[in-house]
Amino acid sequence: MKRLVSFFLLAGLTLVACGEEAPQPAPEGIAGQTITLLTHGSFWVSEGTLQAFTDQTGVQVELLEGGDAGEMVASAILTAGNPVADVLYGVDNTFLQRALDADLFEPYASPALSNVPSALQLDGQHRVTPIDFGDVCVNYWGDWFDETLPPPGSLDDLIDSRYAGQLVVQNPETSSPGLAFLLATIAEYGDGWEEYWAALRRNEVAVTTGWEEAYYGEFVSGGGDRPLVVSYASSPPAEFIYADPPVESPPTGVLLDTCFRQIEFAGVLKGTPHQAAAQALIDFMLSDTYQEDIPLNMFVFPASQTAALPEAFVNFARLAEDPYQLPPADIEAHRNEWTERWTQIVLR
Amino acid sequence: MDTDRLTLMTLRRLAWPVVVLVPVAFLGIFFLWPVTNILVKGFVGGRLWELLHEAVFWRVLWFTVWQAAASTALALVLALPGAHLLARFHFRGRSLLRALATVPFVMPTVVVAGAFIALFEQFGLNDGAFRMRHTVWALLAAHVFFNLAIVLRTVGSYWEGLDGRVEEQARLLGARPGQVFLRVTLPRLAPAVASAASVVFLFCFTSFGVILLLGGPTRATLETEIWRHAVWRGDMASASALAVVQLGAVMSLVLVSNFLQRRRGGREQTRLDSRPMPSRRLLGANLGLLLVALGLPVLVLVERSLATGNGYSFDNYRALTVRVTLLPVSALTALGNSVLFAVVATALAVLVGGFASLVVVYGRRSLSHFFDFGLMLPLGVSAVTLGFGMLVALDAPPMDFRSWRWLVPVAHALIGIPFVLRTVVPTLRRIDPKVRESAALLGASPFQVGRLVDFPLAGRALAVGAAFAFAVSIGEFGATSFLPRHPDRLTAPLALFRLLGTPGDLLRGQAMALAVLLMVLTGLAVLVIEGRPSGRGVVRGDF
Repeated sequence: MKRLVSFFLLAGLTLVACGEEAPQPAPEGIAGQTITLLTHGSFWVSEGTLQAFTDQTGVQVELLEGGDAGEMVASAILTAGNPVADVLYGVDNTFLQRALDADLFEPYASPALSNVPSALQLDGQHRVTPIDFGDVCVNYWGDWFDETLPPPGSLDDLIDSRYAGQLVVQNPETSSPGLAFLLATIAEYGDGWEEYWAALRRNEVAVTTGWEEAYYGEFVSGGGDRPLVVSYASSPPAEFIYADPPVESPPTGVLLDTCFRQIEFAGVLKGTPHQAAAQALIDFMLSDTYQEDIPLNMFVFPASQTAALPEAFVNFARLAEDPYQLPPADIEAHRNEWTERWTQIVLR
Repeated sequence: MDTDRLTLMTLRRLAWPVVVLVPVAFLGIFFLWPVTNILVKGFVGGRLWELLHEAVFWRVLWFTVWQAAASTALALVLALPGAHLLARFHFRGRSLLRALATVPFVMPTVVVAGAFIALFEQFGLNDGAFRMRHTVWALLAAHVFFNLAIVLRTVGSYWEGLDGRVEEQARLLGARPGQVFLRVTLPRLAPAVASAASVVFLFCFTSFGVILLLGGPTRATLETEIWRHAVWRGDMASASALAVVQLGAVMSLVLVSNFLQRRRGGREQTRLDSRPMPSRRLLGANLGLLLVALGLPVLVLVERSLATGNGYSFDNYRALTVRVTLLPVSALTALGNSVLFAVVATALAVLVGGFASLVVVYGRRSLSHFFDFGLMLPLGVSAVTLGFGMLVALDAPPMDFRSWRWLVPVAHALIGIPFVLRTVVPTLRRIDPKVRESAALLGASPFQVGRLVDFPLAGRALAVGAAFAFAVSIGEFGATSFLPRHPDRLTAPLALFRLLGTPGDLLRGQAMALAVLLMVLTGLAVLVIEGRPSGRGVVRGDF
C-alpha cells in the first residue's frame, strides 16, 4: 500500500489551510427566480443547505429526481432543447461522453473550480463541473482473513487460486459498479483484460445483476458466503454508521489497489431561460456549505479540496491515491463492444 | 311520469358522451399519445428488420412468451382450489384470507427477490440437484407468488355468483366430481379464467425486477432488453424496435383473449346460494397450499423485520419515524405519500375503468371493441416506453405534465384500469337481461334499473378491481422511479430501494420493516375497500 495515502491526512491539511469562505456576490437580476435541479434517485441534500443558496442569491431551487444516473441521462437526451430542469446533476464519467455528444450543456467555468483538483475536471470546455467523486473497489470481510490468508492486495491476486470462489461482481450490462470494475480491469490490463476475466471465471467468480443482490445475497455481510465483493470505497463508513448493534470499527475493508474512480458532474442544461441563476447554483454546489453536506447524504466524497469531511469518513473512508481511470470518450466508444465480449467470456 | 321519464332519457343522453369521453381522453393523453410519440421518435424501420434476423432476438422473444405462459398456467392451476374455497364455502376469516392473498401483489420486487433467495438458502436450494437459485424455476415461483391473487380473486368472485344447482344436477345424473368440474364448472368459469389469465400473462410478459433479480445475469426478456438498450446502451433505435415488437405481441394477445371472453361469456342468473362450511380437510389442504405459495416468503420478511442486532424487537419499526440521512423524508412519510398516490390512482382507475366497462358492455359494437382493447394495453407496455414517452410527449403547454405531481398516480391508474375492467366487465355481461327487463316492466326507469340492478351487482366486482388498482399503485416501482418527481414525494417502494442501496444492518432492518408495513397497510386497505356487509344487498343475487 505504499503508493496510497490516507485521504484524511490530505483533507486535514487542506482544512487547516483555509478558513471561512467569502460569500460570492450574486449576479444582478436573478433574485426572485426559481430554477429546477434535476438529479438521480439517490440524491439528497440536508434541509437548510439549499436555503443558504436562496438567502445568498434570492433564487429558489426546486428539486426533481428521476431514475438512476443512466435513466436520467437517457431522459435528458430525449428532452434535449426543451429540458425539464435548468441544471442537471449526477451524470458520471461512465455516461459523460454520451451526454456531451448529445450537446446537453451550456459551457460554464465556475470560479470555484480553483479548489477542485484538475484530475477531476474531465471536460476542458467546462460543459460540466465536477461536484463529487467516489471509488468503486473490491471490499473484503475482515474476519474472513488472517495472517495465513491475508486479503488480496491487487487485481492480480483475485485470480490466485487461494481466493477461488470468494469474489462476487455485478454484470456490467446492468450495474454501475459492475461496469466500473470491468473498466478498472481494462485500465490495468489493456487488451489482456479478456484473458484476466477468463481467469477470474476459472477462479469461480460469481456474477449478479445488481449491487443489492451481490452485497446482500452473496457477500458475507448480508449472510452470503463470499468474502469479496465489488462495492464502494465509502461502504465501510456506511457499515460503521448503520451497524446494528453499534461497532467500534467497520467489519469490512477496501482493497485500495482495485479501485475505479467515479466522478459525478453537474451542468447547465441548454434551453434554460435562467442561465445566470443556473450558473450561480453551480458555484454554490462547489461551496463548502454544499460540499460538506455531500458525504453523509450520498456516501461520496466532495470534489472541492476546501470541504471538511465528517468524522466517520475521516476515520474509516480511504481513497486510492492512484485509482484506475479511462477517458470518457474511450468508455463511450467501446463500452457496448466491451460488455458484449465480457458477456461472452464470463456468462456464456 | 312521462315527463319524468323524458328528463331521465335526456339526462342519460347527456351522460353517455361523458361516460365515453372520459376514458377516451384519459387513455389518449396519458397513454396513446406518449407511446406513439416515443415509438415514432426512436423508431427506425430498418432496425426492426435487422432485429428479425438476429438469433438473440428470437431467443429473447421465445423466452419472454414461454416464461409468461408457464407462469400463467402455474398460477391458474394453483389458484383454482383457493378460488373454489372462497366461492363455494363460508368460513370464519374468509374475507381476511381474501385480503391476505392480495398482499403479495404489492410487495416490491427487490424485497421479494431477497425473501426468495433467503428461502432457497434455508431449504438448501442454492446448489445441488434441486437448485432454484438463478434458474427459471425461481422466476416462475416468484411470478406465481405475485400473481396468484389475481386468479384467486377474479375467478373467485365470478364463481361465487354462479348458480351451484347446475353442478348438483350433474352430480345427481351420475357425473364424478372431476367430470363435473371439467365439463360443467370450468366452461362456465371460462370468461373469468380467460380474464384473469390475460392479466397475469401481460404482467409476466412485462415483468422486470423478477427477471433481473431472480433469473440471474443470463436471462433476458423483451422488457429487460428494452431497458438495457435504452438506458445502458443509449441505443434508442433498438429499444424502440423491441418496444414495437412488445406492443405488437401484447395487442395480438389482447385481441385473442377478448375474442375468447366474448365468445364464452354466457349470460346466466346469478344467485347467492347458502354456502356450507368447508370440511376440515378441504380447508386445511387449501390453507397449506396458500401458505407454501404465498406465506413462506412473507414470513421470512416478517422475521427479518423483527431481527435486530440484539435479538428480536420492534426497533426497526420505531426507527421508521425518524428520517435517516439517506432519505429526503422519513420512511413513514414515504408510506403516507404512497397511500395518497394510491388513493388518487384508485379513484382515477375506478372512474375511468368503471365508465369504460359500461361502454364495453352497453356501447355500440365498434366502440365496445375499441375500449376493451385499448384500455388493456397499458398493462403490456414497458414502464420504460411509457415513462420516456410521457417525458417526450407531454412537454408543451397546455399539456406540460412532465414535472406534474399527479403524473405518478396517473401512470399508476393506467395499470389499475385493466384490473377494474377485467373484474367488472364479466360481471356486467353476465347480468341476465331478464332481470333488467322485469325491473323495467315493473316500472323502473333505466336509471333505476342501473341503480337497483346493475350497480349492486357490479359493485362487488368494482370493489375487487379497486382493491387491485390500489395494490398496483402502492407497490409500483418502475414508472414511479422513472418520472421526475419532488424528493419529498418519495414513495415507500422507492424509499425501500434507497435503504437497500447502502450497506448497514440498520438500514436493511428498516427496509424489511417498511416492506411489512406496506403489506399490512395493503391488507387493511383491501379489507376496507371490499368490506361491505355481504349478503344483505339491495337485490338478491348481490354477492
